[in-house]
Amino acid sequence: MARLTNSPRFALDPMLPQRFVVERLWRETADTFTVKLEPVDKTADFAFAPGQFNMLYVFGVGEIPISISGDPADNTALLHTTRAVGTVTKAMSRLKPGDMLGLRGPFGSNWPVLEAGGHDIVLVTGGIGLAPLRPALYAILAQREKYGKVVLLYGARTPEDILYKKELARWRAHFDLEVHVTVDRATESWRGNVGVATTLIRRAPFDPQDAVAMICGPEVMMRFTTQELLRRGVDSSRIFVSLERNMKCAIGFCGHCQFGPQFVCKDGPVFALKRVEKLLNTWEV
Amino acid sequence: MPVQLLDWEALEEFFTALKRRGFTLIGPQLQDGAIVYDQLEKPEDLPLGWQDVQDKGSYRLHQRDDEAAFGYVVGPHSWKRFLHPPSLRLWRAKRSESGFDLQEEALKDPKYAFIGVRACELSAIEIQNKVFLGGSYTDPHYRARRQGAFIVAVNCTQAGGNCFCASMGTGPKVETGFDLALTEVLAPSRHYFTVEVGSEQGAELLKEIPHQEASQQEIATAQQLVATAAGQMGRELDNSGLKEILYASYDHPRWDEIAERCLSCGNCTMVCPTCFCTTVEDVTDLSGQEAERLRHWDSCFSIDFSYIHGGSVRASGKARYRQWLTHKLASWIDQFGSSGCVGCGRCITWCPVGIDITAEATAIRNSQAVTGVKTKGTRHVQADH
Ligand SMILES: Cc1cc2nc3c(=O)[nH]c(=O)nc-3n(C[C@H](O)[C@H](O)[C@H](O)COP(=O)(O)OP(=O)(O)OC[C@H]3O[C@@H](n4cnc5c(N)ncnc54)[C@H](O)[C@@H]3O)c2cc1C
Ligand code: SF4
Ligand code: SF4
Ligand code: FES
Repeated sequence: MARLTNSPRFALDPMLPQRFVVERLWRETADTFTVKLEPVDKTADFAFAPGQFNMLYVFGVGEIPISISGDPADNTALLHTTRAVGTVTKAMSRLKPGDMLGLRGPFGSNWPVLEAGGHDIVLVTGGIGLAPLRPALYAILAQREKYGKVVLLYGARTPEDILYKKELARWRAHFDLEVHVTVDRATESWRGNVGVATTLIRRAPFDPQDAVAMICGPEVMMRFTTQELLRRGVDSSRIFVSLERNMKCAIGFCGHCQFGPQFVCKDGPVFALKRVEKLLNTWEV
Repeated sequence: MPVQLLDWEALEEFFTALKRRGFTLIGPQLQDGAIVYDQLEKPEDLPLGWQDVQDKGSYRLHQRDDEAAFGYVVGPHSWKRFLHPPSLRLWRAKRSESGFDLQEEALKDPKYAFIGVRACELSAIEIQNKVFLGGSYTDPHYRARRQGAFIVAVNCTQAGGNCFCASMGTGPKVETGFDLALTEVLAPSRHYFTVEVGSEQGAELLKEIPHQEASQQEIATAQQLVATAAGQMGRELDNSGLKEILYASYDHPRWDEIAERCLSCGNCTMVCPTCFCTTVEDVTDLSGQEAERLRHWDSCFSIDFSYIHGGSVRASGKARYRQWLTHKLASWIDQFGSSGCVGCGRCITWCPVGIDITAEATAIRNSQAVTGVKTKGTRHVQADH
């Protein structure tokens, strides 16, 4: 997997953020927003690989890991999609255009987008988990002809919580992309599936012998999803998961993100299931 | 360079020579009933004639019947507090017209001379070098402090009740990583040190103070003392296949049993010379105009350590003890190429309830020999975060 971790930006102290300015901030759903950032230092580049994340710092409040959610081929827009759940994410949701943020990154491993060329692709995700997968989807659709079937299985709490709704509809119309969405709780007008994303796997059209699966969501969802994929015959070396752990540094120093021998910040967040399968099914690792 | 000899009387000049070169001396001394590491001025500040007696959850000082300066083993402090300080400001930010300006923290090279670094402690420094300097990122604060330091090691001539460096292959004899290494000898009419030179810097310094080449007899006496220490280890740990055993023991019933005793106080992690975990704290002044980011030592025993939105991953005490022991003795090997334990015994001594890492690891090993390695075990599903 390509790594872009040793950016020259960190010639000095890797804990020192770079300053970025909020160019735009928009709501995606009731509790989720996307922020578009511009570097203060115009020469700073923010090339990244799908699945990588940045550490975002809100002045005086704190610093948190957020995945990059934009198009890896577009070097004019640095996007992060965040669900406001606590202190830092809520403070971030209140930022206005022109406000400043600190940023360190990009960090971590990436989705095996290039390596998956020639194969069927199954993306399984729930809730905010679609954000870290969107860059992979951009990259795959940009070279759509290189892949077999491309299937996105997505679970949201309610129809109102479906992320990137318009974009998904557009992609479905313009590319050969199968999108299956399910919700936990339907609303009156909802005509789609109800239930968890794992139930979509059974009927999804892909060749289990050939497909590469990429999964991002809550840990319990990933546990069931991987079991379901294995049951359909997808090999554990072709299933990839993105793990989440507390992170205070993102560079292997603070120890918080450990998952057995792995540091999620530098060995992950994206792992081949083969490498983490046993621990993923162990309690409280 | 052949082994040299330094008389006790020359120690004062040795200290002066270090100070002349701009070093701040840090070494052992008696404070509040324990031997700790702090700034040293003169040889008389050393804990002359004191010895520590250590057992599970117990540390006492005894008066020796000689005037040994290094007659103790290790206390609650380790050199990590100087190389990887308990609290450190990482940077400051100030509000400005356009948002905020960031101000990097100046790197400190305090030019420490560490006096009395034990073999296990040298190994611990080596291990932290790997953590902070060995990966794709390096910690500039650690680097500045480590690069500037002068290390005077001391061979152990007597082991403590909780020592097991011989099992870990980290002592009691210092092998590398020092500028000068001393072995203290108290002969009936003479108090002296044999000195091994480990660096150019060490050789240069030695030139400035009265010393002579040690005789074969003096060298043999010193070696004999270190060999005695090797045979006195209070504890032992069988490392063979331990990583595989622990990796196969995530569901071992012993974790429940330990959790009933462990208070999750984190003492073991604070005193451990290799534990490196930290957290960060963001603070602002009252006006909200200035912010800073501080880094503090943290412990995997705290419940917040593994917090992610919705709850802590390691919510139970047993998961936290399992994390600590498994990290020390197993996953550390995969991460950094060696065990995370150097056998200093501090975690055993300073545990308020006397939990012994060697006994726990042995209990897990032995019960597996009886029941067979359990790899599957029960599968628990964690709460949805
Ligand atoms: C690699 C990675 C990528 C992520 N990508 C995204 C993303 O694209 N969008 C998004 O909305 N969220 C993402 N998260 C989760 C996001 O980091 C947390 O929601 C956020 O840290 C919560 O911070 P808070 O201060 O708002 O919450 P609080 O609950 O107030 O958290 C307090 C502190 O706990 C820690 N913490 C809490 N929750 C988490 C968490 N889930 N993961 C890690 N640390 C946590 C943080 O240190 C935080 O500062 C990602 C997490 C990781 C590890
Ligand atoms: S785990 Fe215990 S014995 Fe081992 S190095 Fe740490 S404090 Fe010393
Ligand atoms: S093992 Fe002992 S020192 Fe460590 S957290 Fe438990 S009670 Fe505290
Ligand atoms: S986040 Fe600090 S070690 Fe991974």
